[in-house]
Amino acid sequence: MASASGSLPRYILQRVLLIIPIVWILLSLVFLLLRVAPGDPVTASVGGRLAPEALAERRAALGLDRPLWQQYLEYIGNVARLDFGKTISDNIPVTQVVRDNGGATLTLALAALLVALVVGVPLGVLAGRYRDSARDVVIRIFGIITYAAPVFFVGLLAQLLFAVKLGWFPTSDIATPVTKFQVPPRTHILLLDAVLDGNTTAVRDVLLHLVLPAITLGLLLCGVFIRLVRVNMLQTLKGDYVEAARARGLPERRVLVAYAFRNALVPFVTVLGLQVALLLSGAVLTESTFNWPGLGLKLVDYIEARDYAAVQGIITLFAVTVVVISLLVDVVNALIDPRIRY
Amino acid sequence: MSELTDRPSDDPYRRGTGEVVISARDLRIWYGTERGPVRAVDGVSFDLRAGETLGLVGESGCGKSTLGRGLLGLLPDGSKMDGTLQYRGEDILAMPARRRHDLRGTDLAMIFQEPLTRLNPLMRISEHFEEALNTHAPNLGRDQRRSRSLAILRTIGIPPTRYRSYPHEFSGGMRQRLMIALALVLEPAFVVADEPTTALDVLVEAQIIGILHDLRREIDTALLLITHNLGIVAEACNRVAVMYAGEIVELGEAAQVFRAPQHPYTRELLRSTISLSTTGLNFIPGAPPDLAAPPSGCRFHPRCPTAMRICPTRTPRMLPTTAGSLAACWLHQGGDELPAGAREPLERQEISVAEEA
Repeated sequence: MASASGSLPRYILQRVLLIIPIVWILLSLVFLLLRVAPGDPVTASVGGRLAPEALAERRAALGLDRPLWQQYLEYIGNVARLDFGKTISDNIPVTQVVRDNGGATLTLALAALLVALVVGVPLGVLAGRYRDSARDVVIRIFGIITYAAPVFFVGLLAQLLFAVKLGWFPTSDIATPVTKFQVPPRTHILLLDAVLDGNTTAVRDVLLHLVLPAITLGLLLCGVFIRLVRVNMLQTLKGDYVEAARARGLPERRVLVAYAFRNALVPFVTVLGLQVALLLSGAVLTESTFNWPGLGLKLVDYIEARDYAAVQGIITLFAVTVVVISLLVDVVNALIDPRIRY
Repeated sequence: MSELTDRPSDDPYRRGTGEVVISARDLRIWYGTERGPVRAVDGVSFDLRAGETLGLVGESGCGKSTLGRGLLGLLPDGSKMDGTLQYRGEDILAMPARRRHDLRGTDLAMIFQEPLTRLNPLMRISEHFEEALNTHAPNLGRDQRRSRSLAILRTIGIPPTRYRSYPHEFSGGMRQRLMIALALVLEPAFVVADEPTTALDVLVEAQIIGILHDLRREIDTALLLITHNLGIVAEACNRVAVMYAGEIVELGEAAQVFRAPQHPYTRELLRSTISLSTTGLNFIPGAPPDLAAPPSGCRFHPRCPTAMRICPTRTPRMLPTTAGSLAACWLHQGGDELPAGAREPLERQEISVAEEA
């Protein structure tokens, strides 16, 4: 029993091994869903302009006429060798698409997560602590609205007010063309490259562009966070250990932070991992709204082109991200809660 | 405030020697509910002296736990407390919230039932102790805190090797011992133990009661032991208070009350206990009354086997009985002042109503 903390590495190893079947299932689902969707890369690009025979010829060239199971086995085999192939519509390696656009999505996702955490968690704590007060009601309504409002709608309103009317922030894109041209790509994360370059004007420019998309996407998550933290705070504040802590005369602040909040974090962090999926899907919409040159924007383009290779590659990346982050979340949870370490 | 506190020499609650640690007079606690105020504790008075153990017994829902929490100021939102409550002569209810908060832990402490959920599952035992000592004895050095914690753990039989363990690594009985140690490491003058052994098996129960007994003697703590187990009271308490429907109906030396119970409720409660020689189950017909609308007069009269005509009409006061204890029952008071026929047995049509309730 005393060696409970020693089993943490084994626990992590178990979870890492679990990634393999999870990713395999996800890949198969993505493969099937794309084949079930109407249309294919050929009809999407040149359909209606070429004769049916010419279309069939092109399909055969891409191997799309072979039986589904053959295509599937080849695809899985390639992925197992980490070969994601080239895009069908513009013939560039999928890995390059991910490299060139992943940085923008990463920047946006992290900034949005930051916004959601900084705004959502304290509001949730406050609402839970002062349950049913005017504060609680206002915060809850705010949470519901931010969660329910469509991302593109909030984005458009934000663009109208803060970019067009007030002119505080740029309407769209990740940076001005000048910045994009000036900053040499090292990590392919524009913000990081600008920092590495020591180019303060460029950093400022990217940050200004980042504000509206990050807040738009952050508010979506923020509503979820408020509700999650609030509900879990209500639970822990009712907890026997909280009453016992008060009976020991601990300062109310300490009771709130070390007892109620810390224990509320365990279920919150668990669900936080699942919210990464919401973050990524929200990122797709946000990128379309703000013309943010990330993977989400690319994904929409490739889906319209029915570019199997590109869509499979990007969604695989998204899926692996979600799985890896839930693994990290589990590890963090095990660090917070000693009871999980078995 | 009652006239009793104005003339302390006549105060029937103030007897015996030793420093009075907790003194309650006419203490009332009520909860606001949709059906109106529920008087969970209604006019309770008692004294508790250093080194003394007072057992508080009664059925579930009679207000025992509410009283215990009220003494520490741990009542939930929406409850109110009135009357007089003194800690070492200082009026607790009149003092600023800040000062009252500061008393908790160092002067007033509480041990709860269900020990399994009372420790923070994310904190090591050592952190619990360090935190309590840090808060209340900030002058102690790191080593002093540690040695003091380990010393009290030793007295309750937890080896020092377990000091850095987490709560889930202990059994229920061990966790209750930890809770006791955690309450007593600050050497409080007054401890409420709210059914500390209810969730535990009989052997562990005896162990916990033994530990409480020893520790109380060592640091001269006044202990209010809330329980529905009369055996524990007989074993561990100097005095006993019997509570019914928010009121204390009998208060006296434990041995005396057990030998010669004065209030019919106490008598019935004692008759209901189960022992090895029990051949049949005795119980008190009916259920405790609804505290939002308690019965008139003596609250026990609908269930009392010896109820008299006066009982539903006038409330008896807590007065000394010939046996030495205090009891609130017309059987022992009123004398010739009562109107003619007051002592005739009560004809009860209400009984059926009470049983339905």
